Amino acid sequence: MQQPNKLKPFFENLNFERKDNTMVINFGPQHPSAHGQLRLVLELQGEQVVKAYPDIGYLHRGVEKMAENMIYNEFLPTTDRLDYIASTSNNYAFALAVERLLGIEDKVPRRAKVIRTMLLELNRIISHLFFLATHALDVGAMSIFLYAFREREFAMDLMEDYCGARLTHAAVRIGGVPLDLPPGWIESLANFLNKLPDQIKLYEDLLTENRIWKMRLEDVGVLEPEDALSWGCTGPMLRGSGIAYDVRKEEPYELYDELDFDIPVTDRKDSYGRYRLYMEEMKESIKILRQLISMYPKTEPKLMAHAPQYISAPKEEIMTQNYALMQHFVLVTQGMRPPKGTVYAPTESPKGELGFYIVSEGEPYAYRLKVRAPSFFHTGLLQDLLVGTYIADVVTIIGSTNIVFGEVDR
Amino acid sequence: MAQHQVNYASSGGLPVVLTSADHLINWGRSNSLWPLTYGLACCAIEMMASGASRYDFDRMGVIFRASPRQADVMILAGTLTKKHAEFTRRLYDQMAEPKWVISMGSCANTGGMFNTYSIVQGVDRIVPVDIYLPGCAPRPETLQYAVMMLQKKIRRQSANMKKNQKQRFI
Amino acid sequence: MRRYSPKKNVQAKAKYTDRFWVAPRVPRGSVEEGSYFAEVLETLKESGIEVLESFVELGQLVIKINPEQNVETLKTLKEKSCVKMCSELSAVDYLAQDGEFEVFYQLLNLDKAQRLRVVTRIKEDQAIESVESIYKMANFAEREMYDMFGIYVNNHSYLKRILMPDDWVGHPLLKTYPLQGDEHASWYEVDKIFGKEYRDIIGPEIRDTATIDRYDTQRFARVGHEVPFGADPELVDKTKTSIEDGYSKTFLTDYTTGSKELENRR
Repeated sequence: MQQPNKLKPFFENLNFERKDNTMVINFGPQHPSAHGQLRLVLELQGEQVVKAYPDIGYLHRGVEKMAENMIYNEFLPTTDRLDYIASTSNNYAFALAVERLLGIEDKVPRRAKVIRTMLLELNRIISHLFFLATHALDVGAMSIFLYAFREREFAMDLMEDYCGARLTHAAVRIGGVPLDLPPGWIESLANFLNKLPDQIKLYEDLLTENRIWKMRLEDVGVLEPEDALSWGCTGPMLRGSGIAYDVRKEEPYELYDELDFDIPVTDRKDSYGRYRLYMEEMKESIKILRQLISMYPKTEPKLMAHAPQYISAPKEEIMTQNYALMQHFVLVTQGMRPPKGTVYAPTESPKGELGFYIVSEGEPYAYRLKVRAPSFFHTGLLQDLLVGTYIADVVTIIGSTNIVFGEVDR
Repeated sequence: MAQHQVNYASSGGLPVVLTSADHLINWGRSNSLWPLTYGLACCAIEMMASGASRYDFDRMGVIFRASPRQADVMILAGTLTKKHAEFTRRLYDQMAEPKWVISMGSCANTGGMFNTYSIVQGVDRIVPVDIYLPGCAPRPETLQYAVMMLQKKIRRQSANMKKNQKQRFI
Repeated sequence: MRRYSPKKNVQAKAKYTDRFWVAPRVPRGSVEEGSYFAEVLETLKESGIEVLESFVELGQLVIKINPEQNVETLKTLKEKSCVKMCSELSAVDYLAQDGEFEVFYQLLNLDKAQRLRVVTRIKEDQAIESVESIYKMANFAEREMYDMFGIYVNNHSYLKRILMPDDWVGHPLLKTYPLQGDEHASWYEVDKIFGKEYRDIIGPEIRDTATIDRYDTQRFARVGHEVPFGADPELVDKTKTSIEDGYSKTFLTDYTTGSKELENRR
């Protein structure tokens, strides 16, 4: 029933063997090591990559267009699907941008801030464990994949206890958090944090001094600091090249200015350095979470900011007070109307700087919403980073950039 | 001496041995379903999780293969965009018969929450789907249940795939 | 021919409008003397760049410039004001109001942790100069801008569609482009894989999740017109099951007699 000529995409018309003795190979969009739907067209001279052309857009879902057609609260669950490995960091970045626009960033209650920071760091651990698992699997260490996923499941259990979902959390609201921590959650978190360092030590014992691991990662994917800056790299990619910049430290949001933590930086510039960064960052996250646990009991049980013009009152008030009910009705059916203006709010997601650029025209719909996704630029970087490397290292480099395609293509 | 004689004409022309062969073949097929690692979006993470330590897909005979030539089931895990659709169809065509398709997650089933210009509104526009798996994203247990349902379906079917052409309209 | 519908702006709009509602504006501060932002403006002035407007909005300096001077501005900022990173670059569609696009460059000074935004407005058919020579990230970001808005970028090394396929029609983030796609979009994958002839077989996309096709005999059944699973759709109109036949007589009795009938049965 099929017409034979219909299923011939354009790249089949490429000349695979050309006169100058280079070979063009196609990598993806469905490739187990492509971390999603990345398509790379690689030009090879023997084993060496002469030219790399990352082709993206295979997961373009029109999220930015959706944002222009949805009220702000409606859009929040959609942000889950951007960086789907650490959903809460996306929710939070969006919520922060809208809060800055509304001017209610300071009104968020302290307990909500503690919970948000906890969730963000827990998500960082989940994301870094996932990075470790897939990166190790790509490089060939299957057992790390199984170990890392085991720990990740425990972290996911904690997320699930809090918000009911494993992957798409929607655990943050504009102006606070929807729920308080369930009873016993803090204890299970402390329990998890007590066990995790041993596991991280296990991974490090398996990998850090492992000869194969070192051979595969050392001096592979060397990213010079100038390139990193020019390509807009952020997060571990930037810090792996020796530039210490972390939005949590430099432009603190939530409780990060009160917390005591370090930003690991390395000037190794290669994949191995980045791997070490990820491991160190997990340890820092554990440190942060331990501090937050002791902060939590000292806060008042208030979860949403008091800003009646933009944010619904607590449920008890809606059920008992007429005006709160009316306001809630308006906010749900019509949506909040933020002031006119433009905001760009950067946050440090596990991958790098995740920012939402929102242009508001005073309507309940965003006039323009641009997601500044770290992975987008890390993918663009591949066209410089892969040139000159060997084809066996391509997968390592893609793995160490830690790209997620929900975020790249949006 | 046989006490009774099988009436070949009344039992669909199939000798008893072949109906048993059906069972045998279906037993083999259903207990070693090798899916293609076709992770498209968020659901791919749950698909990986179901293959990993806690949920352990291997005990069901499900081993992920990276090549469509070695795979029996295509688990379409995630949002299928219009740009990607042709590749899905190519991979489906490259799989050897017998082949089945599990559409995992709301996006693959109907387009889900992404009712936008770039999303295929249901992968059944591209490939015939055997099991629709709801959820956004479905939990690993759900995926395992879906595979169990597919196993049931395979055991119920005739081993001769030509007889099962009913819904394969494309 | 399809019926023409005006497509000046097909985005969702607020359903309830208040005639007397005037949206407030996020406070815009002026640049403080002696601050880093003042230094930046000073350097720009020295380099002969015309700053149309400058203010501080939510802690970030916004500089409005002429579109012809975008490369010059960014170069000056990078070389003289240590703005080493461009975090984001894209456009906003103001075609319906002003016939213009707003192109913004979101910049970051890493040493001082200060963010600036360079904003410029271009006409609909006007091209903008590429800043790829200054920030390599513009390679991808400008391609995305071209793909989403159709803004041409001069001197870009590889100006091609990036997110949408090469043969896509239209630029999705324009306000004139419907969220659910135009006609080209709706048949894109069918045409590409099976060919136009198969449009009839596969059928149009079901965008409304509540749609029920009365002639679909596989997924839906119509009360009073029940047909076997997967039967010929034409049967649906021909078949008419009488409701009385369909239900048991016993349950159609009223309650008083019904209880008696139950007793009789016992």
